[in-house]
Amino acid sequence: MEVKEIERIMEKYDADRTDVLGMLMDIQEKERYLPREALRHLSEKLSVPLTRLYNMATFYEALSLKPLGRHQIHVCMGTACHVRGAARILDKLESSLSIKPGEVTPDLNFGLKTVNCVGACALGPVVQVNGEYHGNMSALKVERMLKRYSEADKEKTE
Amino acid sequence: MSRLNSVGELEKLRAEILEKRDSGRPCITTCLGTGCHAYASQDVYNALAEEISSRGLTGKVDLRGTGCHGFCEQGPIVVIFPGEICYCRVQPEDAADIVALTVLENKVIDRLLYEDPVSGQKYERESEIPFYKNQDRLILGQNRLIDPQNIEDYFALGGYKALAKALAEMTPEDVLEEVKKANLRGRGGGGFPAGVKWETTRQAPEKEKYVIVNADEGDPGAYMDRSLLEGNPHLVLEGLILGAYAIGAAKGFVYVRQEYPLAVKNLTLAVQQAEEHGLLGDDILGSGFDFSVSIKRGAGAFVSGESSALVSAIEGQVGEPRPKHINTAISGLWGKPTNLNNVETWANVPYIIERGAGWFNSTGNEQNKGTKIFSLVGKVNNTGLVEVPMGTPLRKIIDDIGGGIPGDKRFKAVQTGGPSGGCIPEQYLDTPVDFDRLKELGSMMGSGGMIIMDEDNCMVDVAKYFMHFLKDESCGKCTSCREGTKRMYEILDAITRGEGREGDLELLEEIAWVTENASLCALGSTAANPVLSTLRYFRDEYEAHIKEKRCPAKVCKALIRFTIDPEKCDGCGRCKRNCPEGAITGELKSPMTIDSSLCSRCGICREVCHLDAVTAE
Ligand SMILES: Cc1cc2nc3c(=O)[nH]c(=O)nc-3n(C[C@H](O)[C@H](O)[C@H](O)COP(=O)(O)O)c2cc1C
Ligand code: FES
Repeated sequence: MEVKEIERIMEKYDADRTDVLGMLMDIQEKERYLPREALRHLSEKLSVPLTRLYNMATFYEALSLKPLGRHQIHVCMGTACHVRGAARILDKLESSLSIKPGEVTPDLNFGLKTVNCVGACALGPVVQVNGEYHGNMSALKVERMLKRYSEADKEKTE
Repeated sequence: MSRLNSVGELEKLRAEILEKRDSGRPCITTCLGTGCHAYASQDVYNALAEEISSRGLTGKVDLRGTGCHGFCEQGPIVVIFPGEICYCRVQPEDAADIVALTVLENKVIDRLLYEDPVSGQKYERESEIPFYKNQDRLILGQNRLIDPQNIEDYFALGGYKALAKALAEMTPEDVLEEVKKANLRGRGGGGFPAGVKWETTRQAPEKEKYVIVNADEGDPGAYMDRSLLEGNPHLVLEGLILGAYAIGAAKGFVYVRQEYPLAVKNLTLAVQQAEEHGLLGDDILGSGFDFSVSIKRGAGAFVSGESSALVSAIEGQVGEPRPKHINTAISGLWGKPTNLNNVETWANVPYIIERGAGWFNSTGNEQNKGTKIFSLVGKVNNTGLVEVPMGTPLRKIIDDIGGGIPGDKRFKAVQTGGPSGGCIPEQYLDTPVDFDRLKELGSMMGSGGMIIMDEDNCMVDVAKYFMHFLKDESCGKCTSCREGTKRMYEILDAITRGEGREGDLELLEEIAWVTENASLCALGSTAANPVLSTLRYFRDEYEAHIKEKRCPAKVCKALIRFTIDPEKCDGCGRCKRNCPEGAITGELKSPMTIDSSLCSRCGICREVCHLDAVTAE
């Protein structure tokens, strides 16, 4: 990540260190993870101990020290989705992608993660991909959904 | 837009807006809340916009994108005024008919009407639909009428009248008194009287004070705060400004979870608009009262919704709870007196100030006034957001509003209060829902999650589910919470794997007691509720797992086996094609069989079978 970019994010928050979490989230959004240099740079410029930044990076669900997938799949494991069979959806995703939650496919195309409630409980079970909601999921729909995202990629590269 | 410098100017603007609006002009509203959005309601909105302009109706027909109506499961929802004709599951292709028939010819399109899944009856008007008819939508009601990105819509419905009244006619003490008289109890979980908390902060010696909106909404399975922030952000802001006035705070924060991007967006816009109109900032409405608001995003940590943790998070620390020898009301943000309330609590305040405590007290029961929003989800026909007077019996919410349990399944339990709550069985369904009664039953009101479970849900699995959640979300500061939740989870997990032993239930109860009593914050002190309440009401289910190695609900994978009924199977091969383990064999057109040693019990075969031939035993 370029220093210029980090500086720009810091400026957005007037380099106010109480907003360090907001800065981390912005970096996460841009880079899909928190690069070590970025954390060092923030720590130095804001005089926030590096350990605190790592503490935050590991404490909050939304932050990651490893790159996430280009298509980041969040399977809702909230209560409403759980009672409607979210575990089955997760099983299906795990076997289709051959990865476990928290992992990324070797080509970095898909990342899989479980989350606790994305606030669309009436549509459960819910899967969120790149922020888009897919409601009333079934194992069959998972297959179709994955295909759609892979095909969209192919079209883009062609 | 120019600044409003007095109450008079606000009222003048309101009159102008109302004059511009001709209530007879047709208006099509489309829900753009998160639920409907997931069903592509934006496409429906665009198709309607296109249809209106291509027919040259621009200016003659209004189109409005609103917040969540609450009946998310029927989305995308479109309501056409003035007739209030409600269409469900609308697709972009329906736009032409809606404009041509309903708007121009006043004809109702039968295929788009809501049809009651039980009685088969169809309903034309939104308010006639049983889901809505049996509710009392004081707080949520405006959502369907307002474009949340347009402050004029809020003004048109009387928005900021309460603030104008307070600033013009009431002292801060009067506002505080009114909220105290209203006996408004916090909607975020504990039910603590808001007025009493406000007074503590107001009377704390330090001059600098803060107010906070807790919009972290961590309860997995609840989304009412989201709908309010997304659908009517000015209502929450107005409540916050009133609170700040009563308490004497000049600065406020809204802490919103990052998982709610639309809420962050609409709220940010609302703050900007309120600033431009002089409703936030210096000298609000020329009264001399200064107050500003900042928005902070949370990054996904349940425990950060706890008051002291949230204060730490806003300060830029890690959002973990701290010991509360001194309450945050006295020593909160940067050591200053800080009053924190839940989104829904704040949303009640404008109504209390505008209509008075007496009016507010006319709804609810003795100790619990006003309404409460519940997120009615799980195994129930009508899922969505439900607002009812405090003290409404559970049965009314589940049967009359929720339309009962889908299929011919039997109701088993309702889980309230989120991870700190408990499961309530059928014999208590006539209990009025309020803070105190739910506690007596070993559950909690919590923030209003209400998850319905039927005979296919295993109560040990549910307890395990919550313990898994809590063990992950425990920040780990207190040994009792960190270790207690983990050990309880391990025991529950073993029970669901068929490895439960005699004495496990007693051990669970013992650990539960320690966790409850030795933990710092409410995460730990209530963590045992899901276990204790299921043990209290469903002990036989635990025992079946331990003694008979049997899961009565047929959920726990290690204790069940899938088989295909050869009588029912027509050999279509769907299950075989979809089985991820390759465990299903058989010739097409003849019955299939499952090899139990390969089967991972994922249940996909059961899901895809069109003849219901796959059974678990
Ligand atoms: C672990 C934990 C998580 C909490 N999460 C929330 C939350 O997401 N939203 C909320 O309003 N209150 C939450 N609370 C309750 C708050 O601590 C606090 O009581 C509440 O926000 C006060 O507002 P009220 O009086 O208006 O209810 C949580 C409490 C605990 C212990
Ligand atoms: S529980 Fe899955 S969206 Fe709320």
